[in-house]
Amino acid sequence: MTIYSLYILNKAGGLIYQQDYNPGLLKLSANDYLVLAGTIHGVHAIASKITPFSLRDDSAAAGQSLLNTNSFLNHPLPVNYTSNKTGLNFIQTDFFNIYLFQSLTGIKFILVTSPNGVLSNNLTNAELILRKIYIIFSDYVMKNPFYNLEMPIRCELFDLKTTQLLKPV
Amino acid sequence: MSKAVRTAADEIWKNRVEKINVELFTLTYGSVVSQLCRDLNNNYCEVNKQLEIMGENIGVRLIEDFLARTGAGRCNSFKETGEIISKVGFKIFLNIVPQVTNWTDNGKQFSLVFDENPLAEFVELPDDGKAVKELWYSNVLCGVLKGALQMVQLDVDVSFVSDVLRGHDQTEIKLRLIRYLKDEIPAGED
Repeated sequence: MTIYSLYILNKAGGLIYQQDYNPGLLKLSANDYLVLAGTIHGVHAIASKITPFSLRDDSAAAGQSLLNTNSFLNHPLPVNYTSNKTGLNFIQTDFFNIYLFQSLTGIKFILVTSPNGVLSNNLTNAELILRKIYIIFSDYVMKNPFYNLEMPIRCELFDLKTTQLLKPV
Repeated sequence: MSKAVRTAADEIWKNRVEKINVELFTLTYGSVVSQLCRDLNNNYCEVNKQLEIMGENIGVRLIEDFLARTGAGRCNSFKETGEIISKVGFKIFLNIVPQVTNWTDNGKQFSLVFDENPLAEFVELPDDGKAVKELWYSNVLCGVLKGALQMVQLDVDVSFVSDVLRGHDQTEIKLRLIRYLKDEIPAGED
């Protein structure tokens, strides 16, 4: 699985970060990136409204207490709780895949990758990468005192760390 | 309270959290508070307010770190929120586990009681007669809690009830749930 690009959207669906990790990707105009981000945000919200009840993740509905499960805290990299139970999760096409992770606070991390079929372990791979990105984000963006919340991310350390993680060696 | 959660929080504290020297930490916080007192001419009510604002700014950032590092999900009840704040939140950031107590019947208010407070380790309040009545030395904690909870869509009122620094028997912070910010819950959750 090759990583093409990373997009980060704030709560309101505004694009706050966009980076390509693969040479040869066609550049869009700044405005087109914003439109693209807004569109994904919108489609995600619509998807969350039309997901049939039968497909919804019912672990929460079953009244499972956070305190009685081992699902969190127990792994070297914790399984991120995704607040994206009913919204758009991923898109598969012949040319690329898109994976989407949304934090409890409403920030969306979107990964565009090479197509890799319907193998479920690719989804896990993508989830793992998104999880690592979230940790890098919490470190190098949120803890940078001069970063203004909700605003575009211009943090060199974040660029560096994500590139180290995502760029093919 | 599940033992697994406690062990896991302990593991995070031990292996996955960067530590700093406690003297550096308490002295840094101490100098912030004392400088605020000087800047605001010992208007302690204003100092409390400023500390809370600083705390909120920390909280809204720190919550992402908390979520990313623990992988915690949304709590099913405010009761659970209380347990997680104490056993996981305070544990991994300050290595203390305040007691969660004084629940009201409607489950919307509780207190955190601190046996120890790393912020106030070496502190004695100034004896101008005013500080012991007005200053909540560790008020930054209230702000942190308020800011962090707000980011996960809980509007909570957080305030000190008592503080051993003022000569009270115990240090207690009260948290009262005002409401869930339902409109702000991101799409995709039920």
